[in-house]
Amino acid sequence: MLQFSFWDILSNLLIATQWTIVLSLIAFVCGGIVGLALLFMRTSRIPALEWFTKVYIEFFQGTPLLMQLFLFFFGIALFGFEVSPWTAATLALTFWTSAFLTEVWRGCVESIPKGQWEASSSLALSYIEQMRYVILPQASRIAVAPTVGFSVQVIKGTALASIIGFVELTKAGTMLNNATFRPFLVYSLVALIYFCLCFPLSWWAKKIEGRLNVAR
Amino acid sequence: MSYKLQFAELLPYWNVLLQGLIFTIVLTVVSTVAGIAVGTAGASARTFGPVWLGRIVAVYVELIRNTPFIVQLFFIFFGLPALGLKLSETTAAFLAMVINLGAYSTEIIRAGIEAVPKGHIEAGLSLAMTKWEVLRRIVLNQAFRKIYPALSSQIIIVMLGSAVVSQISAEDLTYAANFVASRNFRNFEVYLLAALAYLVLAMLTRSLLRALGRVIFKAR
Repeated sequence: MLQFSFWDILSNLLIATQWTIVLSLIAFVCGGIVGLALLFMRTSRIPALEWFTKVYIEFFQGTPLLMQLFLFFFGIALFGFEVSPWTAATLALTFWTSAFLTEVWRGCVESIPKGQWEASSSLALSYIEQMRYVILPQASRIAVAPTVGFSVQVIKGTALASIIGFVELTKAGTMLNNATFRPFLVYSLVALIYFCLCFPLSWWAKKIEGRLNVAR
Repeated sequence: MSYKLQFAELLPYWNVLLQGLIFTIVLTVVSTVAGIAVGTAGASARTFGPVWLGRIVAVYVELIRNTPFIVQLFFIFFGLPALGLKLSETTAAFLAMVINLGAYSTEIIRAGIEAVPKGHIEAGLSLAMTKWEVLRRIVLNQAFRKIYPALSSQIIIVMLGSAVVSQISAEDLTYAANFVASRNFRNFEVYLLAALAYLVLAMLTRSLLRALGRVIFKAR
């Protein structure tokens, strides 16, 4: 029988951590892009677009991420496509992330004084130009802290991808536990690795937030 | 390829799904009450307690907030028996939920406590109120009023997060959905139904908490 030393367990977990990081990055970047598009729709003051984004956000914020993973995993297969856990996890996490980021960013956009909108529209800027040159540069300054804070949620969210069979840190932990029967050690290490990934981001988010408060 | 959704096949399993839904609701309510109690104690300890106690609470909060709920759950359910503490899946689910919400609400309530002006505490003490009276009537009273919306959304987040307890076979709504899917292979239909149930539950919880807030914190 194969024996696992402490270093075997740790090195295997660290290899799997790479996939947690890759999945988090993809979900965060793609979610950010989709979120930005949704933000434009949400603040466009075109009723149909606003209504669509509201329903979208309500759905992705009001249902468990686990359910969304299941729905993507089994739902796309109904159309006759082969769905890998990798595809389902990427899609579900992207949409989930985008819904939350849109809401966070909408808050930032709405905190910009109304006079900025009025001034820019009186300069004959179109809606896109207003967002691009006047609103977003100001809103993005406020948005950094909550966005970094949310990235922690994304990393933690990727742990659920293990349930549909995507091998990342949590799944590797479960597999190693099944092979070694040392659950206490394995899950402590898994938790510790997540902590090492997330804590710097939480700390950084808090620091930026503090700096913003001073500026006010 | 065209596929017809067949929701009718879920009908024979309505009581399984209903039982799961009830478990999810009970799990949420119990862990909300216990979690807020933990959070209140933690926040009070961090702001008014001795330094060493505050440090322990801070470590607890950061450890929980920076690790995924599923790992906490696995640690409690699979890891703790190795130390001789064996828990049933239901107990483990409740415990994990309380510990999780406890950490988040500690941080939320602490923010509320810190927003209470120092003068109010001094005024209370100068009126010969005891430390406990000041904490309860002045500090926590105002703190909860301020952080109620944040706490409400955290409760909903925790409720949605509870779907994960199905992974240690605690019999919640997601577990029921998995069970039904394993019987009739209508995966998509049953998960869609469960997702909508969660959505309705989230919306109901939100309006319920809002109404409750209006009753508790009547306009001054």
